[in-house]
Amino acid sequence: MNDSKSPRNFVAGHVRGMPRSGIRDFFDMVSTREGVISLSIGEPDFVTPWHIREAAIYALEHGATSYTSNLGLLRLRKAIAAYVARSHALTYAPESEVLITVGVSEALDLAIRAVVEPGDEVIYHEPCYVSYSPVIGLAFGKGVAVPTRQADDFRLTRADIEPVITAKSKVLLLNFPTNPTGAVLTREDLTGIAALACEHDLLVITDEVYTELTYDAERLSIAALPGMRERTIYLNGLSKAWAMTGFRMGYACAPPALIEAMMKIHQYSMLCAPILSQEASVAALKNGDADVAEMREAYRQRRHYIHAALNDMGLPCHLPGGAFYAFPYIGGTGMNSRDFSMALLEQENVACVPGTAFGSSGEGYLRCSYATGLEEIKRAMERMARFVRSL
Amino acid sequence: MDQLLKLLKENALETPENLATLLSISVDDVKAQIADYEARGIICGYRAVVNEDELDIEKVRAVIEVRITPERGGGYDRIATRISRFASVDSLFLMSGTYDLLVFVSGRSLQVVAAFVNEQLATIEGVLSTTTHFTLKTYKDQGVLMKIEDDHERLQVSP
Ligand SMILES: Cc1ncc(COP(=O)(O)O)c(C=O)c1O
Repeated sequence: MNDSKSPRNFVAGHVRGMPRSGIRDFFDMVSTREGVISLSIGEPDFVTPWHIREAAIYALEHGATSYTSNLGLLRLRKAIAAYVARSHALTYAPESEVLITVGVSEALDLAIRAVVEPGDEVIYHEPCYVSYSPVIGLAFGKGVAVPTRQADDFRLTRADIEPVITAKSKVLLLNFPTNPTGAVLTREDLTGIAALACEHDLLVITDEVYTELTYDAERLSIAALPGMRERTIYLNGLSKAWAMTGFRMGYACAPPALIEAMMKIHQYSMLCAPILSQEASVAALKNGDADVAEMREAYRQRRHYIHAALNDMGLPCHLPGGAFYAFPYIGGTGMNSRDFSMALLEQENVACVPGTAFGSSGEGYLRCSYATGLEEIKRAMERMARFVRSL
Repeated sequence: MDQLLKLLKENALETPENLATLLSISVDDVKAQIADYEARGIICGYRAVVNEDELDIEKVRAVIEVRITPERGGGYDRIATRISRFASVDSLFLMSGTYDLLVFVSGRSLQVVAAFVNEQLATIEGVLSTTTHFTLKTYKDQGVLMKIEDDHERLQVSP
């Protein structure tokens, strides 16, 4: 039946066909309850360091209320180029190779839209961040998910990717450290993947928003490997490590032709990123290193705690090498991810996101965020252990 | 600062077992390190941070700037040490600038603090002058904010 009065009929078919986010479903469940301890939050529990907030207030007081250039404030692009240079020994020209965006979210959307033509295949690893598949779909690309496994600490290797490469493969989308698994790659893994990208002429989009939250491993970007700079779009932002999610600050670094292409879309869709957030980010990149180090240390300690607690209660969990998520296996209880997390919520009022929210290969797992105060984590672990014993 | 000290400064009640897990070292190492810090006087004690404004007790706090005459041989140390021994002195620092000692004192009432300044502090030989400032309200003490602003709540679930 074609009911011409239904507003739903105006919605484009490919948008109507998009599945609802598993995170949103879970959110609706959790928000009806009181007294929940939530380990399902994908953002820092820290408030943005005061000196960064103060820089935004200062800018506001001094009338920073205008647009900026499409690429973003040159001062900030310089600070970003300097930051990327000291983090990865990678140099990008602030004038033509850095684009400031509204979070990594926008940068990712721009990167995909700038390079994907209908039918192009974008390979990404799973479990992964919730927006990858939809963003690829909205650009009429075809997402090709490569599952990663707990036995490998959810690392990705050349051998995992090779079998899915076809003549339509165009982009390889990487996210290490990974949301939701906390996986990090070794230099060998990255070298193998880089060689594969060169052999098959793939463009690599690397989402390194958690790179500052790498705990033990060498902090290496694939863009810094020989031959990769020219075929990589490097994405990063201030949301996680600087605790600035609400400022919505991200950026892309890439050769001029790619930045120019992304900028074309950005200038018509977004115009520019908010100036106050850009001003705050200048302060963050210039004077925020100590804050980042302090928060990283807190996450590192909680990581040890949650890793030990989960394994002690009989939920096998690898030690996450980065980000702020533990990803224990709950399949041994005989329950699937969704049932486990619903029952845990019902019985003990602890919220953890079912692994399936991050792709079908997340079945059997749970994402436990440790971006939550230590005391809360302790209480959550006690309740969760009691829940597991009750099964 | 050492991470163990940092954790203890945040929460001195944390158990050695939890400290060991957090730092990924053994419980015995934690205990040995704490004992060593105590023996060396690096950890001088454990106490609660109390917001006394919230208690129904009479307590007045003041900061006193003191000018003194330094002595041959001892400089400011002898007089400073002498002042620091009074129970009503909470903290005492030697300062650069227009005065020499900054003394933090507390007492049951304004009269008690005033009496301490007039009768005990000002009369010490070598004390040239005192300027007393009474504390009206505590906003932050020893790195701890006394009033947590109504915190913005994060979404309970986010990607
Ligand atoms: C892997 C990953 N990429 C991108 C984002 C989006 O971050 P931003 O706040 O910069 O848009 C997130 C946020 O959770 C993430 O986990």
